[in-house]
Amino acid sequence: MDTFKNLIVILMSSVLVNNYVLSRFLGICPFLGVSKKLGQATGMGVSVIFVMLIATLVTWPIQHYVLDPMNLGYMQTIVFILVIAALVQFVEIVLKKFMPALHKSLGVYLPLITTNCAVLGVTINNITDGYNFVESIVSSLGCGLGFLLAMVLFAGVRSRLDESDVPECFKGLPVTLIAASFVSLAFFGFAGVVDNLFA
Amino acid sequence: MMSILTALLVVAAVGLIASVLLTLAAHFLHVDEDEKAKLIRECLPGANCGACGFTGCDSYAKALADGDAKANLCVPGGADTAGKLSEILGVAVEAVEAKVAFVHCNGNCEAAPQKMIYDGTHSCKTASMLYGGPNACRFGCLGCGDCAAVCPAHAFCMQDGIAHVDSRACMGCGACVSACPKHLITLVPRAAKTVVMCSNTEKGAVARKNCRNACIGCKKCELNCPEKAITVTNNLAAIDYDKCNGCGACVELCPMHCLKTADFSA
Repeated sequence: MDTFKNLIVILMSSVLVNNYVLSRFLGICPFLGVSKKLGQATGMGVSVIFVMLIATLVTWPIQHYVLDPMNLGYMQTIVFILVIAALVQFVEIVLKKFMPALHKSLGVYLPLITTNCAVLGVTINNITDGYNFVESIVSSLGCGLGFLLAMVLFAGVRSRLDESDVPECFKGLPVTLIAASFVSLAFFGFAGVVDNLFA
Repeated sequence: MMSILTALLVVAAVGLIASVLLTLAAHFLHVDEDEKAKLIRECLPGANCGACGFTGCDSYAKALADGDAKANLCVPGGADTAGKLSEILGVAVEAVEAKVAFVHCNGNCEAAPQKMIYDGTHSCKTASMLYGGPNACRFGCLGCGDCAAVCPAHAFCMQDGIAHVDSRACMGCGACVSACPKHLITLVPRAAKTVVMCSNTEKGAVARKNCRNACIGCKKCELNCPEKAITVTNNLAAIDYDKCNGCGACVELCPMHCLKTADFSA
């Protein structure tokens, strides 16, 4: 029961409290770039969940069965980048061959995420936080869900922004960044939620 | 020394495994892309304007390769592209009717009074939601430039409160046609010689009151056109561009000066 509770806490905290985009400010590039339309934002979010999961599936064993025994912990970043980039390419090829429909909906986004810092951040944080394999997977799932949530919320905010009368000097990126900071502030309200989830 | 070597070897090994995996995957899981579609795509201008009715050049190329589309739909590419495409597909060349966007309104600041002072968002879409916009004429151009905002060729300019198209820059994609909340813009053939400068379908007296340049539906043009190219329906003149030979009789006769001789040849 305790393990289950623990997993729920990890999931909730990575979705809400440590939201990768809105609290840790990782993956801002796709967050600002692809959040103009709800459809695209959802597509990107789902792709990120997918990539985060498979990246963790591979990098966790590499860290614990290859790098750690050889005292090569400091090579983590380089090896992870290499592995994730190759993996995403590989998955893209596989999807194209065996699941063309899925490739059509995710295909555009996969290359964009290949070297995304949010994906790298998740895999590295899973190691630094000392999670075991199952916890790492749950944490990646949570981070991906958090990314999707942020994207979908912000797509809504942006569609409202498009129709509002913005002062000339704030038009475009400035007002988008300000709006993003408001959404981010709102997410800081979740800070105490997880500690009291099972209290 | 040893530690550097192991690090080097491990990273090299990981890189090697990844590259072998990718090479194998690329070889064994290769998906044949339609060569024809690729060739076709190279001929298309890549403006992704959507004038062909498909979502972009890529999907048009695919539709062409599958034989689901005609080769003469690319407006920006014009006759050149149509010729190349027909060659690839092995079909007879069909001429592209080059088109150009035209704003059917001449209700400039001087001619068209305003019924209120509008101080909201500078957008035709929003302005027209408030009692149809500030113009007294409910058909007229609002001049906020929604058309200019969507135009990929930057062919629009706002002058005297109405939109004008630079026919040399316009590539005829029709993005503005759907952006105009007043439906004032249509794609007319580049060969058109005379155009109607109004879209008002109200009765003559009402139209006249709301704009001094409005078509009042007097039918003078219809009756006097030697080619019978003009018909007045719903108090508004319309020109059959195929029949019109640009003699200019109607332009001189029109009491409201809302017929104009046009030259869209780019």
